Amino acid sequence: MPGLILLLSGLLLAPVLSGVIVKTKAAFAGRSGAPLFQQYHDLAKLLRKGQVISGTTTFVFRIAPTLVLVITVAAAALVAPSIASARWGFQGDFVFLLCLLGLARFLTVSSALDTGSSFEGMGASREVLYSALSEPALLICFGVLARVSGGMSLGGMYDGLGYGEWLSAGTALCLVAVSFFIVMLAENSRIPFDDPNTHLELTMVHEVMVLDNSGPDFAMITYGAALKLWVFGSLIVNLLLTALGWTGWPHAAAYLAGMLLVGILVGTVESVMARLSLLRTPHLLAGAGAIAVLAFILSTRFLQ
Amino acid sequence: MTAYLDIILVALILSDFILLGSGRLGNCIRIAAWQGIMVGLLPMATADAGLSFRIAALGMAVVALKGFVFPRLLNRAIRESAGSREVKPFVGYTTSLLAGVLALSASFWLDGRLSFPLQLESAIVVPVSLSMMFTGLFLVVARRTAVNQVIGYLVLENGIYALSLAIVRDVPFLVELGVLMDMFVAVFVMGIAIYRINMEFDHMDSNRLAKLRG
Repeated sequence: MPGLILLLSGLLLAPVLSGVIVKTKAAFAGRSGAPLFQQYHDLAKLLRKGQVISGTTTFVFRIAPTLVLVITVAAAALVAPSIASARWGFQGDFVFLLCLLGLARFLTVSSALDTGSSFEGMGASREVLYSALSEPALLICFGVLARVSGGMSLGGMYDGLGYGEWLSAGTALCLVAVSFFIVMLAENSRIPFDDPNTHLELTMVHEVMVLDNSGPDFAMITYGAALKLWVFGSLIVNLLLTALGWTGWPHAAAYLAGMLLVGILVGTVESVMARLSLLRTPHLLAGAGAIAVLAFILSTRFLQ
Repeated sequence: MTAYLDIILVALILSDFILLGSGRLGNCIRIAAWQGIMVGLLPMATADAGLSFRIAALGMAVVALKGFVFPRLLNRAIRESAGSREVKPFVGYTTSLLAGVLALSASFWLDGRLSFPLQLESAIVVPVSLSMMFTGLFLVVARRTAVNQVIGYLVLENGIYALSLAIVRDVPFLVELGVLMDMFVAVFVMGIAIYRINMEFDHMDSNRLAKLRG
């Protein structure tokens, strides 16, 4: 039952996470900021609008937003309840999760290229570059979790981690959390990698790929992006919550509180850091990969 | 105690990674200073018989020298040499990071092959210090500015210090002070050398020293 709550809370509350980030940034800047539930209003407004589809596009452009949303919902359904039940998912489902994310990215990039706009092509190129660096980091991180916990599915991994594992391999697990966080910022186009607020086509990454989408399609993309941030946030929060070893309702409450903290943390990073130059961002992602490798080596040593 | 030791050792590796990946000299000096402070705290974490005055004094001396005196000297060197504050690497940052990861894996592999006759304090202290030595050497070879070569030398020395602490847990006080004195003189001399190079040539690009003509 708490698993269902976790899943539903993700689907319903994902836009709030964006609101928390906006509020945190506003608090740092001394403004009052947009309301916490602003994104729901935005989504409702977009859904009521008509949409314009460029004559140069093909069916790829039209189906991509829907498919991306469906895939992201599937990813959320895979991740969110996994902590509540070890039997959720299947052997090797973390590879499936990466496949889902990769497929969603492939569709977004294809639809961006389908418009024939040179700006969108640039954004697509950057997105693919980032993902080429972030996917190995993510996979090695899952490798560490599988090794430390002995489970081969997301549910099994979180189930296999407990106070004892944190005591013996806590440093490796902390490094995994840090690597997850860097990858989350990159995959969701948050600040050191991309500024979601900028509207200069030359420098955008994610926003530039969806420039041509409007109306309900854009609503699906916006909601999908919020959900993707929620999925990555739950990866981190679930991992850290295994140290407490709670179950049932206290755990569900701690999970939501943890997601709130993730939102505040992302907002803080965005407020205190400047965006890195495009040439520098791959170094940071390579750093995330290096941290993941370090965690893996440490985990082999700690668990001898 | 092992938990603190492991955290310090992991922080040392992370500081190596930052040194390999960062492009600003001032940043590199700051990270090297933090690394010196962490290395200075190592003997306090390894001392299982409690803190003796000798160990505390030694740690304090290391922290003061590596954490505060050396960075000040290096900062003065780059301030007076008013040149570029970029690292100017021969090997790119991402490749450097890759080399760092390779060095780390190599030292863990090497550690698996070596068998130490004595009981070590932590399972990762030997490979971490080996990888610090490799990283230090790499920084000396792969960076163009003289200041960064001094930093590489410092990292190398930090690795040696950590390894000696791991193997001979009880370092004679005089030997330790002698090593620190050597370091101090080395950094001092290099600082002066950088200053002189800069006075003569308007830059501190050690690569171009190869083209000196009489």
